[in-house]
Amino acid sequence: MPALFWTDVLFFLLLAMLAALLVYARDKEHLRRPWHKVATNRSGMVSLVVLLAFLLVGVLDCLHFYPAFRDADGRLEYKTEAISVFDWCTMTLSTRDEKTYSAPFAAYAYAREYVRREDGSQRWEYPRLQYGGAHLENPQSQKLGDIVATATSGAGKGLLLWSALCAVLVGLLVRQHRLPWNVCLRRIAQDRTQVPWRAMLITLLIVVMAACVLAELSVKYHVLGTDKVGQDVFYQSLKSVRTGLIIGTLTTMIMLPFALLLGILAGYFRGWVDDVIQYVYTTLNSIPDVLLIAAAILMMQVYMAKHEDEFASLALRADLRLLFLCLILGITRWTGLCRLLRAETLKLREMEYIQAAKALGVGQWGILVRHILPNVFHIVLITVTLDFSALVLAEAVLSYINIGVDPTTPSWGNMINSARLEMAREPIVWWSLTAAFLFMFTLVLAANLFADVVRDALDPRREANNR
Amino acid sequence: MMQYVVRRILYAVPLLLGVNVLTFVLFFIVNSPDDMARMNLGQKHVTPEAIEKWKRERGYDRPLFWNERSPGAAKLTDTIFYDKSVGLFLLRFGRSDNGRNIGADIRQRMWPSLAIAAPALLVGLLVHVSLALMLVFFRLTYLEFWGVALCVVLMSISSLFYIIGGQFVVGKLLQWVPISGYDTGLEAIKFIILPILISVAAGIGSGVRWYRTLFLEEVEKDYVRTARAKGLTEPRVLFTHVLKNAMIPILTGVVVILPQLFMGSLILESFFSIPGLGSYTIDAISQQDFAIVRAMVFLGSALYILGLLLTDISYTLVDPRVRLS
Repeated sequence: MPALFWTDVLFFLLLAMLAALLVYARDKEHLRRPWHKVATNRSGMVSLVVLLAFLLVGVLDCLHFYPAFRDADGRLEYKTEAISVFDWCTMTLSTRDEKTYSAPFAAYAYAREYVRREDGSQRWEYPRLQYGGAHLENPQSQKLGDIVATATSGAGKGLLLWSALCAVLVGLLVRQHRLPWNVCLRRIAQDRTQVPWRAMLITLLIVVMAACVLAELSVKYHVLGTDKVGQDVFYQSLKSVRTGLIIGTLTTMIMLPFALLLGILAGYFRGWVDDVIQYVYTTLNSIPDVLLIAAAILMMQVYMAKHEDEFASLALRADLRLLFLCLILGITRWTGLCRLLRAETLKLREMEYIQAAKALGVGQWGILVRHILPNVFHIVLITVTLDFSALVLAEAVLSYINIGVDPTTPSWGNMINSARLEMAREPIVWWSLTAAFLFMFTLVLAANLFADVVRDALDPRREANNR
Repeated sequence: MMQYVVRRILYAVPLLLGVNVLTFVLFFIVNSPDDMARMNLGQKHVTPEAIEKWKRERGYDRPLFWNERSPGAAKLTDTIFYDKSVGLFLLRFGRSDNGRNIGADIRQRMWPSLAIAAPALLVGLLVHVSLALMLVFFRLTYLEFWGVALCVVLMSISSLFYIIGGQFVVGKLLQWVPISGYDTGLEAIKFIILPILISVAAGIGSGVRWYRTLFLEEVEKDYVRTARAKGLTEPRVLFTHVLKNAMIPILTGVVVILPQLFMGSLILESFFSIPGLGSYTIDAISQQDFAIVRAMVFLGSALYILGLLLTDISYTLVDPRVRLS
């Protein structure tokens, strides 16, 4: 039975809008041209492959449902706790909790405790883990060999999967360009294609191989260790992808209508409309971001504490908090875009084609929607891509001050927050922090590189510079 | 000039009023003082008398906007809104929900904040501008390409990692400086040096990239071509002509954040347990002390508006082409 979370619905709505935009732009030459430029850029396409890998995890994690099970009488029942398709795929990871901390690839716990031997004596030693490396007879001597063997088999599967993906892709290319197979392959291998397929396929190989090796290994070991309550850190990092993506995308989606409408109205009508809108965004802008977010989140906590019974489940409550965080982050961030749009509209309204449209008797809304909106849309796209990475980073900081996502929501910010105490511990627990760092860094770096390429392609001023 | 400044200050009044109304709505309308009292006194088993007492002690027992029972003008003045907002405009912050004097706290805590924020800004500016100039000097070489790439990489690292990593390497492994804490007088230097270094390092990525675009915009201009045509050497063109002209946007960009230095940095201060305004705010947030948060929101907005005003004035000082009207 499917479960509907607000953030899921909005996320899919956003994806649908993106798809619609792509379909709309497909047969319009002037819209396609900048994207064509993005498609021929090597670093842009390589980072796009990485972003799509993150997106895949995020989308799978957004498809929630209530799992069915048979009760004692054999009737079909639904569990009250929703899980996502991603949870369902990684069931082996999420259910294998240890007692407490364990290092990556460890077969023994990270702290000593009294272990009762079979002969009844007690010893102060590192106990074996319940799941990590549990299949090994003698971890000291066998572990390295086993890890290498498992990784190799994972890599083999990855290679197979990659070859299959390649075959499909090259097949599509062959059909599209009506070239013989060998010519097409040779061009890709020699990097003589317009779209940098070779670089993309190499990136895809790395991503697929890494995924397969990690998947294979994580069935037997805790690849990135376990945290304080014994949860697998690798699983947590993957679950955090959804939170990061949602914050990075939904925030801009929520703020977009306000910024677009108000920015264009202020620039187009000027006069008192402009004054009022400017007043509103200067006021909002002058409140320090963090404080506004803190105040809003504090208020929401009080509200939620008062109306506890209105929320059906903890997960629903955490989800609403996430949505609210997106909303409030959006409120603090729309002002920048609004100002840019206002300035651009001020410039556009004096252009000859707008004057011509006015002279021909086009109505005001007609001018706004048909002539101004399409011509400021590149600013929107640039801002959206540039903001994404900033928002992912902001989430971590906010969660660190406890005004971010709900503590029960898996997120990189929450992981870093708990890692603070782990770094002060002796011996230190470094893997939670490292895991959060690696995942966040990869996503943000890819997003930054992609945003740069998009900006270069869409900004008309930069195009003039490059020529 | 004077006239302009006065007008801008007058324009700040409705803005601050707007900020005030907004925070007031957030704090008092969405949740009534009763809710706050219950939150502060603990959720369960709170008697109505305890709530009334909590509210009376903090002056929250009056109506929000309009007091029916008071005579004359006091109908408007004897309310929570009037009481809590007018004080802010006169910079009388009143008492926190825990009974501390906020004004005194702020005066005492702004110095540690300033001790970190001001050197961090200066050193950061120096380092970022020189690195950006170097990138521009070596433009169209491999050095520039890899330098810009490195900037993107540095930009993609969360500021939390700079802090945690810096504390771990310098404070724990090398033990050059104490990990956190603060002291008065000259002793403070060993505590503030690491936060300053970290904040400079964390800003390198975005800072250098930003200044580089500023310089690149200048390099394209005609006077630079003239200077080169005169036969000036490239360093001379860059360091005297380009730098001087690029200084205008750089300086005005700095002026706008100058007043906000008092507010300190939230994360940096709480990580290094420095008793500044940033950690003050964080503590208030975690203890849910609404009076302090409200005072800090007001102070932050006022300083931001002051920064905007200073920027406009500084434009006329550094750029003779700009006239205020």
